[in-house]
Amino acid sequence: MTRLAARLALEESYRSESGRVRATLVRVLGSFEVAEEALHEAFAAAAEQWPRDGVPANPVAWLVSAGRFKTIDRWRREARLESVLSELAEQRGLVPEPDLPEPIADDELRLIFTCCHPALAPDARIAMTLRELGGLTTEEIARAYLVPAPTIAQRIVRAKARIREDSIPYEVPSPAALPARLESVLQVIYLIFNEGYAATAGPTLTRGDLCAEAIRLARLVVELVHEPEAEGLLALLLLHEARRVTRVDAAGDLVLLEDQDRARWDRAAIAEARGGIERALTAKRVGPFLLQAAIAELHTQAPSVADTDWTQIVALYDVLLRIDRSPIVALNRAVALGMRDGPEAGLEAVDSVLGGGALERYSFAHAARADMQRRLGRLEEARVSYRSALELTRQPAERRFLETRLAQVGHSG
Amino acid sequence: MRYACLVYFDPKVVFGQSAEANAALSEVAAFDAKLRESGQLVMGVPLTLPGEAMTVRVRDGKMSATDGPFIETKEVLGGLTLIEARDLNEAVQIAAGIPLARLGAVEVRPLVDFSKPRPRL
Repeated sequence: MTRLAARLALEESYRSESGRVRATLVRVLGSFEVAEEALHEAFAAAAEQWPRDGVPANPVAWLVSAGRFKTIDRWRREARLESVLSELAEQRGLVPEPDLPEPIADDELRLIFTCCHPALAPDARIAMTLRELGGLTTEEIARAYLVPAPTIAQRIVRAKARIREDSIPYEVPSPAALPARLESVLQVIYLIFNEGYAATAGPTLTRGDLCAEAIRLARLVVELVHEPEAEGLLALLLLHEARRVTRVDAAGDLVLLEDQDRARWDRAAIAEARGGIERALTAKRVGPFLLQAAIAELHTQAPSVADTDWTQIVALYDVLLRIDRSPIVALNRAVALGMRDGPEAGLEAVDSVLGGGALERYSFAHAARADMQRRLGRLEEARVSYRSALELTRQPAERRFLETRLAQVGHSG
Repeated sequence: MRYACLVYFDPKVVFGQSAEANAALSEVAAFDAKLRESGQLVMGVPLTLPGEAMTVRVRDGKMSATDGPFIETKEVLGGLTLIEARDLNEAVQIAAGIPLARLGAVEVRPLVDFSKPRPRL
């Protein structure tokens, strides 16, 4: 029984704590590769000792010190054979200290700043974060992103080489550098969530694991860095997550906001998000994530699409557009405008965004245009727009939705 | 997951008696021992040179055997190390520690997972 308990404790530790143990080992040993090996040795030692001696009171601290001592012990043995190595070890300051290194929450934060360092390619930041902090395997990341495993493996190998060559430190940036560096971290977390939320080509529309991991990472950042944009991102993800189950029906088809069952939205997550938004707004520094969260929050408070505070939403988009002049934001504002002032004003706004040219290949822009035309009864034009939208998406659920809409406007014109 | 690390090299380089080659060869046993100790070694399969090989084919129920390797190349498959690793990146990291990787190249190939459908090409 105690053996079984020890084994279960070990499995549980691996699942929930290996990320934290790895993060601390990276700090105390100074490299990903060495930490990876030490992590392996620590769990091998635990598999041998826990069933015999019992589960330690603090498994994480036990694993960290086991990994560290095993590594130093191995270095010493190797150093006896080659004095060069021992010099290297001393240069790196690897002489064993008498006290144990305490795993601290900061270590995961240091690691995420390293994994999301601007010197690394954006794709590599995502792969590194999912593997080193999320504990996902290279193959799992590859499946989630629908690319061959060697592609992901190569990104990780290159990123680690870059970290080594550029001596990118494992540290939380200084207050002066923090906002710029935090932006990259938040962007990576947002992209991970997005990939889980709206698969670009996958068979199902949502992949919950990536969403859950993104929320865990956002929480971690919020706990340790008290920045309004971090709060804003966490709130935004919580609000999307709260509505996720109502976004697709049992057949896997898209359900529009106006048809979603609002009673099934996760009110606890919405309340948590609201608390975060209110706290963040007191800082008087609003960024794009916080504004998007505030917009999403207005949607969750409304009893229906018709009774949504579109005036307030358009106003928030106006502020957002001043910070982030992206055509996507402009398109979302145009759609909100269509709700506030009617489809004619909406169509004019969508056309002006499309006139900019940047969204010509963006399916949703044509779908939004089609929707305004449909509401105005201009069905022939709506058909053309729905067909343009269809040509630009491969996502099966989106395609089915657009095909249904096309059929609805198809016969009356 | 299990991975096969296929070690390819030019025999003239590996057995050419250079100091570098001899050093790498002398480290092979210690590397295998370290991997075995950490539980990551499933099996090490060193191979003799292709000069010792026979190649067998069966066509229309008849067996034919030729002497020599399946493909004649300068770099030959010198052996394989079967390892247990968390994922492809850990496997690549382990493969980088194989001493002969310094002289030749190591191809890392995941073993087939029979719970997945066969590839259709």
